[in-house]
Amino acid sequence: MALLTEEMLGWIGRSEPPITVTVARRDIQKYSTATEQQLDRYLSGDEAPPMFVFNFFSEIPLMSQLRPDGLARGSVPGPKLPLKRRMAGGTRIEMHRPIRAGDTLTATRTLVDLYEKEGRTGPLIFTEYVTRIVDDEGQPVLDEHLTGIAR
Amino acid sequence: MSQEQPRQELPSTATLAVGDQLPTREHVATNVSLFLYNAAVWNPHRIHYDEPYTTQVEGHAGVVIDGPLQGDWITQVVLNWLGAAGELKEFSYSNRQAAHLGDTLRSTGKITAIDPTTRTVELDVWISNEAGEAITPGTAVVVLNS
Repeated sequence: MALLTEEMLGWIGRSEPPITVTVARRDIQKYSTATEQQLDRYLSGDEAPPMFVFNFFSEIPLMSQLRPDGLARGSVPGPKLPLKRRMAGGTRIEMHRPIRAGDTLTATRTLVDLYEKEGRTGPLIFTEYVTRIVDDEGQPVLDEHLTGIAR
Repeated sequence: MSQEQPRQELPSTATLAVGDQLPTREHVATNVSLFLYNAAVWNPHRIHYDEPYTTQVEGHAGVVIDGPLQGDWITQVVLNWLGAAGELKEFSYSNRQAAHLGDTLRSTGKITAIDPTTRTVELDVWISNEAGEAITPGTAVVVLNS
């Protein structure tokens, strides 16, 4: 089927500019409430649950940049894919130390793989990104391996 | 929305065994909980709040329960069981089958390996649907304090 062109595959290995964010206690509290955490260290906002990092280090697009499906045009770095309906595929996370309120963290996201498969309902394109998060001294905090699916 | 399970004694390598099952928790997402989750992670994708769009345009059976939200529930199975008895070092999950608003999901896990010398415990963790299918399987690695 070969939906992926050489140009698209040429994006593998490229990183986006790093994004630096200071983690606010209130952001952790909102996340912890919405996900119905049960441990005080998360509900108080002292510490962030591991999946708090999902989408945390993404640019916030302007309303005018959003497509009719709600997602931002070009919000996913890398090539323009021929399949537009996007879904989450899965995640693997390695935690080096907890994330706490007040931490200033820098994340760098790299497209590490791009491939296609034939699914039950038609062709699927898989994107795999690795996001490495470090603290303000450059020490590793968390590595996220995220798989996205376009169909 | 959820049922809190009483935790028994703190996990330690002396008291745990391969095959031990972790507490099961029930998750019933609502319009409100999905709205708050997607607001918290700043995800504007309409499949999580706009039912006509989700079914008619993207062809889903209903409003979609976020895959990463199920991933969070996977981590909570382990973290709530672990409490202050150790640290979660690594976990993974894979969204194999979609779940929709109105579905009752359950999260649980079991111990697959114990290494007493490094106090490392490996687990299988999963989210199942009402049919008992593991729609989001995952794994976790924890290191215990004792």
